[in-house]
Amino acid sequence: MSAGGVQKHALVVRIAHWLQALAILIMIGSGWRIYNASPIFPFRFPVWATLGGDVQTSLAWHGDPGVATAIAWHFAGMWLLLSSFLLFVLWGLFSGHFRRDFLPLSPRSLWRDFISALHFRLDHRLGEYNAVQKLFYWCVIAGILVMLISGLAIWKPVQTYPLELLFGGFQGARLVHFLVMSGIVLFLVVHLTLVALVPSTLVAMIVGRFGPRESKPMPGPALREIGEGS
Amino acid sequence: MLIRRNLVERGFSLGALTLLTGCDISDNNAVQSLLARFSRWNDRVQEALFSDRRLAPTFPESMAVKNFRYNAWYGPNLAPRLQAADFRLLLSGKIANKKPWTVEELYALPQVTQITRHVCVEGWSMIGKWTGTPFRTFLERVGADTTARYVGFECADGYYEGIDMPTALHPQTLMAFKLSDDILPYEHGFPFKLRIPTKLGFKNPKFITTIYVTDQRPRGFWTDRGYNWFSGS
Repeated sequence: MSAGGVQKHALVVRIAHWLQALAILIMIGSGWRIYNASPIFPFRFPVWATLGGDVQTSLAWHGDPGVATAIAWHFAGMWLLLSSFLLFVLWGLFSGHFRRDFLPLSPRSLWRDFISALHFRLDHRLGEYNAVQKLFYWCVIAGILVMLISGLAIWKPVQTYPLELLFGGFQGARLVHFLVMSGIVLFLVVHLTLVALVPSTLVAMIVGRFGPRESKPMPGPALREIGEGS
Repeated sequence: MLIRRNLVERGFSLGALTLLTGCDISDNNAVQSLLARFSRWNDRVQEALFSDRRLAPTFPESMAVKNFRYNAWYGPNLAPRLQAADFRLLLSGKIANKKPWTVEELYALPQVTQITRHVCVEGWSMIGKWTGTPFRTFLERVGADTTARYVGFECADGYYEGIDMPTALHPQTLMAFKLSDDILPYEHGFPFKLRIPTKLGFKNPKFITTIYVTDQRPRGFWTDRGYNWFSGS
């Protein structure tokens, strides 16, 4: 990504982004179905919003209401999440993407942009994140890391013991896994709302670039059309 | 204009995706076989992670639950009530001495007590105090071929399960005769259940009537219903 009204995303970043998006959808959908089997709080997620198949179809097929399928999704999706997360983080650290785009981040700039955001007075400058956005990205990266670690403690409480003590025990790890999931869902709501408000960011995350034409020729005809259309 | 069209199209595709994830996508042969392949991969990962020297955590007696949760696909009043007088534990497969065992003979075996945690595949967990014979001691006593790959179980309620030999030989894998210092209640599997703190709850069969040693991977009641075979914890 670069400043000056142009947004660019490297191919690696785009691949890692979409793989993580897919993995997170799989993990949340199947995770909600697994949660429903033994809820921590006095509510269940509506089945239509979960991943695990239709209850009656699944009962007819397997003699199980879809919890088995949800667990199978969860433990397949975790490999996609882990690999795409590692790709994103390692690339972000070593290419300078994190340093360039998510830093610097000071409490002062955070406060200023937070106040502006509350008044809907933020400048939308494509290619540059404000301090609140930077903090959001750091939080979601940390959140996915906590999900991976607490998830490992839940999946293998014996083999990874005493990892669960980090979360106050096995049930503590389940609680942390749930709460951080809720944080990630909140992030997704804000993230998608902002994308809906500034749809050109979606274009950039798909084709790699959005913004005024540079003097050098653009990489492809599709890009040129979009550039002229906007 | 272009932006508005984008939004509308995206709205439709998101809706379609929700519908797909909600019902269709899981109930599909190709998806189910892909998930099954991942499950087999996870079996191998778990076998590699398992160590016969790594012990499940044990807990102080104060944390052990007296009124242990009953769990099965049928209610506790339907649980088999096996009678000590006519119970016989049958042995088959790669075992040298296949003489059936009576309850009296089983209960005369050397016993240990451990306070470990039962973790259910659904997420709940419960700590219990279990007393019984290390399964390894029993397998050695009957001359089981411990170089074979699996041990299988058939149960009085129609349940069936199987475990890998390294788990069968793990020092904390018990034939549990007592729960909270009392003889195992009928609904918890009298005369014994296999207590494996390194496995999820459903890999701890109750009311076992036949034990067999084999190189063919035994089927499992819940594994046949889509759950992961190894299901270690």
